[in-house]
Amino acid sequence: MSRISEIVSLHREKEGPLLPVLHDVQAEFGCIDGAAEAEIARELNLSRAEVHGVVSFYHDFRAEADPRPVVQICRAEACKARGIEGIMADAQDAAGSRVRLQDVYCLGLCSAGPNARVGDTLHARLDGAKLREVIERA
Amino acid sequence: MSVIRISDDALARACGADDVASAFAAAGCEVERVSSWGMHWLEPLVVIGGQGFGPASAADVGAILDGSSSKAIGRIEDHPFIAGQQRLTFARAGRTRPLSLDDYEATGGWAGLRRARQIGGGAILEEVVQSGLRGRGGAGFPAGIKWQTVAGAQGPRKYIVCNADEGDSGTFADRMLMEGDPFALVEGMAIAAEAVGAQKGYIYLRSEYPDAIARMQSAITIASSIIAPFEIEVRVGAGAYVCGEETSLLNSLEGKRGEVRAKPPLPALEGLFGCPTVVNNVLTLAAVPHILTDGGSAEYQVLGIDRSKGTMPIQLAGNIRHSGLFETAFGITLGELVNDIGGGTASGRPVKAVQVGGPLGAYLHPDQFDIVFDYEAYGAADALIGHGGITVFDDTADMGEMARFAMEFCAVESCGKCTPCRIGAVRGTEIIDRIRAGGRQRDVIETAPQMHNAPRGNRSREDEVRLLEDLCETMKFGSLCALGGFTPYPVMSALKHWPEDFGK
Repeated sequence: MSRISEIVSLHREKEGPLLPVLHDVQAEFGCIDGAAEAEIARELNLSRAEVHGVVSFYHDFRAEADPRPVVQICRAEACKARGIEGIMADAQDAAGSRVRLQDVYCLGLCSAGPNARVGDTLHARLDGAKLREVIERA
Repeated sequence: MSVIRISDDALARACGADDVASAFAAAGCEVERVSSWGMHWLEPLVVIGGQGFGPASAADVGAILDGSSSKAIGRIEDHPFIAGQQRLTFARAGRTRPLSLDDYEATGGWAGLRRARQIGGGAILEEVVQSGLRGRGGAGFPAGIKWQTVAGAQGPRKYIVCNADEGDSGTFADRMLMEGDPFALVEGMAIAAEAVGAQKGYIYLRSEYPDAIARMQSAITIASSIIAPFEIEVRVGAGAYVCGEETSLLNSLEGKRGEVRAKPPLPALEGLFGCPTVVNNVLTLAAVPHILTDGGSAEYQVLGIDRSKGTMPIQLAGNIRHSGLFETAFGITLGELVNDIGGGTASGRPVKAVQVGGPLGAYLHPDQFDIVFDYEAYGAADALIGHGGITVFDDTADMGEMARFAMEFCAVESCGKCTPCRIGAVRGTEIIDRIRAGGRQRDVIETAPQMHNAPRGNRSREDEVRLLEDLCETMKFGSLCALGGFTPYPVMSALKHWPEDFGK
């Protein structure tokens, strides 16, 4: 039994199982590629187009894996009000090509921005130097 | 030696609360992790015997313990930020351990559910209607009326769906509630289920909130026997802002693209999997346990003004000195919130603009600071309360840039179903660029000889402004949901109050 069928079987009994399945596949393989889409579609008795439509709709799902570490940086209004745009140059400089910077719109720490997230760890009250450190340690 | 209490809220942790807690533990203290008081500028906040110290770092531990710390802020409950609030939904904030059933019971937990089960569906509906509770997600629809519709609808199954897709920048009350008082949400959902006859509940929680996801899952497991036979399941979103819109959320829960559905049919009649469904925001459902306690409904109803009843957890965010959660009855002015309670900007510079209600809310000018917090008053001023987030900007903000960002955000997050939003937002960013550039030259196509109807001259800045106004009108009235429909609010309010930031 392939790993994807195992994942599907974990969620098959749920109502509307597709998103939980996709989350698990994304977490395990770092992406949901065409082959995975086809297999998920077959397992859930959906068309490949239906699965691809869902995968391509949501920002959390990727078609290709990216082995680089990811640092999510909030670029929404509250973080802009607290100066995130002024330190993005530092961030890009620190990231170079080694780290992937991903814009997100709101980590829910809007009273203590600018904010970033690495994995499940959140960082608040960042300035240029602290953001640089977060990125370098990612 | 009294117990050291430190929050384990995501914001406190992001500011280093875990290190502070370990440092106290290493010094031989007993440490209890509790919910956050909501005084975010003081996090990590250490509380010992009711006395607060913050913002604390591991280096402050020695001084706090020997009483010489300069971080002392006195008795927490006497702090003006806390003493000035009327906390109903956040009554437990800072006081209880989030996953302790003992703490929850000891502070009145499950009383609402027990009474709801005694009085039965019809009486629950009556009390929720009587309380005047309106949906806290942004639309402000009376919760009791929605519940009555679901209760009266026919369907093979009924669902309670909690909208915990708190995507608005400047808001964090849902996150704080779920991390700090998760049983309150569980209880609110169980009461809603009792009222309408639902068997299953879903909490649609955004993936950007890892702490809240873990906390809600634990809470549901712990409380499962209390709410049985009703069942609740957490479903995690996948980074789409538009899924905070209720019909898009339902599609997402069903495992589809998060595209908005046309209404009617209302979700109350044909919602999740076509069944009658209550969709309410976290704060709406969490307000219910208090309302269902004996006399709670009447108490709720006397708070607030006009048709905005009860309390609203207001979130003070962005460039504001005293940032955090401030729950109070409707009727407070924006000036009081920003200047008196919030203490002005964190940077110490003058306030330039305040965005109320998230990315789709209007930018308000300090001249409008006498506006009172009330759904109708904000509506009359072409603004909205939304989810109660207030984001403050100082005088370094470029409002032209913020207006452009509003359109850009709409373009990135549009679900693509309706044209005004999908295409309008892209055209909107382009027009704002041209306004800021002072207009534009005739383009290649317009100068072609066969283009008889094209204007003969160049487009002035004023021409482009008129075009933007026209576009915003189309988006406002032609979009299917609030994303396209409300994006004009921040854009037009910025243009109206700060034309100098649009190249004038």
